[in-house]
Amino acid sequence: MGIIKADQLVYEYKKYNEEGDLDSSVKAVDGVELDVKAGEFIAILGHNGSGKSTLAKHINAILLPTEGTIFVDGIDTRNDEQIWKIRQSAGMVFQNPDNQIIGTVVEEDVGFGPENIGIPTRKIWERVDEGLKAVGMLGYRKHSPNKLSGGQKQRVAIAGVLAMRPKCIVLDEPTAMLDPKGRKEVITTIKTLNEEEQITAILITHYMDEVIYADKAIVMDNGKIVMQGTPREIFAHVEELKEIGLDVPQVTMLAYELKKAGLSLSDGILTNDELVNELCQLK
Amino acid sequence: MSIKIENLNYIYSPETAYEMHALKDINIEILKGQFVGLIGHTGSGKSTLIQHLNALLKPSSGVIYFNGKNIYEAGYDMKQLRSNVGLVFQYPEHQLFEITVLKDVCFGPKNQGLSDEEAVTKAKKALEMVGLAEHLYAQSPFDLSGGQKRRVAIAGVLAMDPEVLILDEPTAGLDPRGRNEILGQLIQLHRKSNITIILVSHSMEDIAKYVERIIVMNEGEVKLDGKPADIFAHYKELEKINHAAPQVTYILHALEERGFYIDTSAITVEEGKVAILNALGKRI
Repeated sequence: MGIIKADQLVYEYKKYNEEGDLDSSVKAVDGVELDVKAGEFIAILGHNGSGKSTLAKHINAILLPTEGTIFVDGIDTRNDEQIWKIRQSAGMVFQNPDNQIIGTVVEEDVGFGPENIGIPTRKIWERVDEGLKAVGMLGYRKHSPNKLSGGQKQRVAIAGVLAMRPKCIVLDEPTAMLDPKGRKEVITTIKTLNEEEQITAILITHYMDEVIYADKAIVMDNGKIVMQGTPREIFAHVEELKEIGLDVPQVTMLAYELKKAGLSLSDGILTNDELVNELCQLK
Repeated sequence: MSIKIENLNYIYSPETAYEMHALKDINIEILKGQFVGLIGHTGSGKSTLIQHLNALLKPSSGVIYFNGKNIYEAGYDMKQLRSNVGLVFQYPEHQLFEITVLKDVCFGPKNQGLSDEEAVTKAKKALEMVGLAEHLYAQSPFDLSGGQKRRVAIAGVLAMDPEVLILDEPTAGLDPRGRNEILGQLIQLHRKSNITIILVSHSMEDIAKYVERIIVMNEGEVKLDGKPADIFAHYKELEKINHAAPQVTYILHALEERGFYIDTSAITVEEGKVAILNALGKRI
């Protein structure tokens, strides 16, 4: 079994009217099967309301399944006694950096998690050092978080999660509110953590250009997984992606259009270099 | 009819330890009906600049002329200016507050002193302009999707009949569908009403597709100002200030370096396709 395994996962949002009767219910996650191996980098794509965030919230037991099961590092998330262990295994980073930073000094913010689980002080500082170093923010440890840029704040938030020594880190649109520089910083950080620390990364995003680094991409629509495969396989389906309201990177789109116009190019081109090299062959 | 900015300087917290020269000698003229993209990363001064355009901030020195009149002259009608220059802030949906969509959009025109009836007429017109379906008018704005909420907030500003519409990152945090909806509506609006639109954005790809003029700001200064294709021809300079041109620009320049005889001015996928097919000698 992988580090995260979902089996026929269903989550239903229920809406009640003023009399307390069931008004309507929506299956935000509808029969999802997922098996993530330790050390993988997975991207989950989908437009707003596709169920991707609801799925993510199951991975550290913020939400519990209505039907089906999800195992995190072998533990069923419905096992109440193990909930802290689950949250320690799977850390979560949210969209808005300002909503998740609580410390008045960067190092205190990063140390908050380990302090909460009773780690001895000396060990906390070790973890703070490691966490900040891993995200390239060691030089800012004495700074006030509210003076940092969005990208820096997100990296501090990631350091805070790392200080809990998780096996898996779930990032729910961590770059949606950042400028291009901040986005690059955060994505590079995630990639490095995945490659060098072998931390399993689950990145939820609707920026397609962030997906190209993932081992596997999963596309969600209406609570269901509608496509999965390597980014290259996914991006070969330009029309289907557009239909469910997603974009492909400009270079992929350009390659697709050129192919349609009769040039012989590969499917699912992901980078500028690939396209330029293939075009040079045609010259 | 235009906005003319002359030698504008703005200093935050002057003569303190926190003094910061946020705008340095800005000189720009924006003509009526232009669709302008204002680009700059966090801290470049773009938000400070747009807050001057409807006098939310007063400059340390310099003058702004709106339709030929100095807006800082004694007796200038600031209230009228703020109706004429509509400003849509970042995450404008956070400012929704009424119990129905229609009431929320009516708030602005009512504040301008219009009767209930007139306000409703303006509000309906504005909601139509942003393409919000009529069956949503009676709903709570908080039950809408992110993209819809944002369109309601934009309608709230449009209902005041501004001559100039300024939007501070109107697509931030939206998914591609929501983003295309908003930008598509802005294009429609611009075509139909000849309103001046200033779009503040981080996204070069968005800007490239939609605007006719780009102003790039960096460290409080106007760094580049011109047509999108001319701006992106300076893509190396853009990188120095942490911006990037659209991917297509990079591809075309890379092809040129590899010996292609190619037009590198394309910035959209469609234009890029034509340039590449031409360079390869294919008929389109």
